[in-house]
Amino acid sequence: MAAPAATQYGGPDIDAAGQQLFDELIAEDSRIEPRDWMPEAYRKSLTRQISQHAHSEIIGMQPEANWITRAPSLKRKAILMAKVQDEAGHGLYLYSAAETLGTPRDKMTEDLIAGKARYSSIFNYPVLTWADIGAIGWLVDGAAICNQVPLCRASYGPYGRAMVRICKEESFHQRQGFEILLELANGTQAQRDMAQDAINRWYAPSLMMFGPPDDDSPNSKQSMAWNIKRFSNDELRSRFVGMIAEQVKALGLTLPDPDVRFNEDTGKWEHGPLDWEEFKEVLAGRGPCNAQRMERRREAHEDGAWVREAAAAYADKQARRAAPATEAA
Amino acid sequence: MTGGSTTGDDGSTAPAPGPAEKRQPWPLWEVFVRSSRGLSHVHAGSLHAPDADMALRNARDLYTRRNEGVSLWVVPSSAIITSDPSAKEQFFESPQGKDYRHATYYTKSEGVKHL
Repeated sequence: MAAPAATQYGGPDIDAAGQQLFDELIAEDSRIEPRDWMPEAYRKSLTRQISQHAHSEIIGMQPEANWITRAPSLKRKAILMAKVQDEAGHGLYLYSAAETLGTPRDKMTEDLIAGKARYSSIFNYPVLTWADIGAIGWLVDGAAICNQVPLCRASYGPYGRAMVRICKEESFHQRQGFEILLELANGTQAQRDMAQDAINRWYAPSLMMFGPPDDDSPNSKQSMAWNIKRFSNDELRSRFVGMIAEQVKALGLTLPDPDVRFNEDTGKWEHGPLDWEEFKEVLAGRGPCNAQRMERRREAHEDGAWVREAAAAYADKQARRAAPATEAA
Repeated sequence: MTGGSTTGDDGSTAPAPGPAEKRQPWPLWEVFVRSSRGLSHVHAGSLHAPDADMALRNARDLYTRRNEGVSLWVVPSSAIITSDPSAKEQFFESPQGKDYRHATYYTKSEGVKHL
């Protein structure tokens, strides 16, 4: 993924030839690589999707990092730190993938901090109890895995490769969350209640992570035609509901949705209505924690400025010292 | 309706251009990991770092959190020379009519053992 976006193309002939090769590659379900010609809309759409995905990983560190000091044992602290470190790693893999499309990482960071870029609405909900950490691992990471496994086959090579790496690491995230809930579910009545309460609050937001219903998701069709997205939002949501409807039984707890059922006629899992007005509000920046998450991200970036400057100054000094010696040799 | 999926695939438009970068961006490095002795270093991904030493340390933290490697290479991305993908036909020789470069081309000796 070394090469920056190619600049050597241009002109009607090259565009036509490029479009033809691009269409052939998509038709045979092959991969597009950074230096290939690609339609501007494909480049733009992927840049948006991958950078938003990266921002989600970075912002997603906050709600969990807040719980490291309060995790109930040294083991749980170590696990949570490993998970938060993974999220940082996922963000960096994705920024790298997005960069191959021509937008520098610093620019994406600037956009996030300036409030111009989006991240997943799920991270704007508060994490109230230790059980929430369990519910986030099980439901939020579970939904993310459902979304991300098909993205391993996304037509853009660097995105698919980043997703393969991420998916390998995510399964630990989901299992550790489920285990937290399982331990609480086998604990005292107060612990069981806490686990159920966390599931009650995280269920609907995690279902909304798959994005708006298919008839209200205008870009999905194009994204599927480009082999970026392999399944529709509703299709993935339905699969996810089917999985958690079974898994919740192992916890001896319930989903807060009496309408969850398997429809024999369609062969699909169904769920009750979701509050898409709330979803829009949270996205528009009016969720419970939007301001807090953005402020924290901005602070972290500004507080780290001296470190970035110092590292750059040190690198410069080392390079200057090394230069005359090299010339003499 | 816009926004909301973890994957950013939510129907919103690309972000508008932001203010110009003040600090010189850290250079990009390509990371290669040898997963165990006896195997080649394989490209794992890339990262930004101010110098080679930091690039190695960052590569360790980013690409070997689960014992994925016993050795790392970091290479400035700018040092990598690539072939031109649009010149595919001219650069890579056509394999057409060159079946004789493969063992499967030689069928007359079929049935002869250890050949």
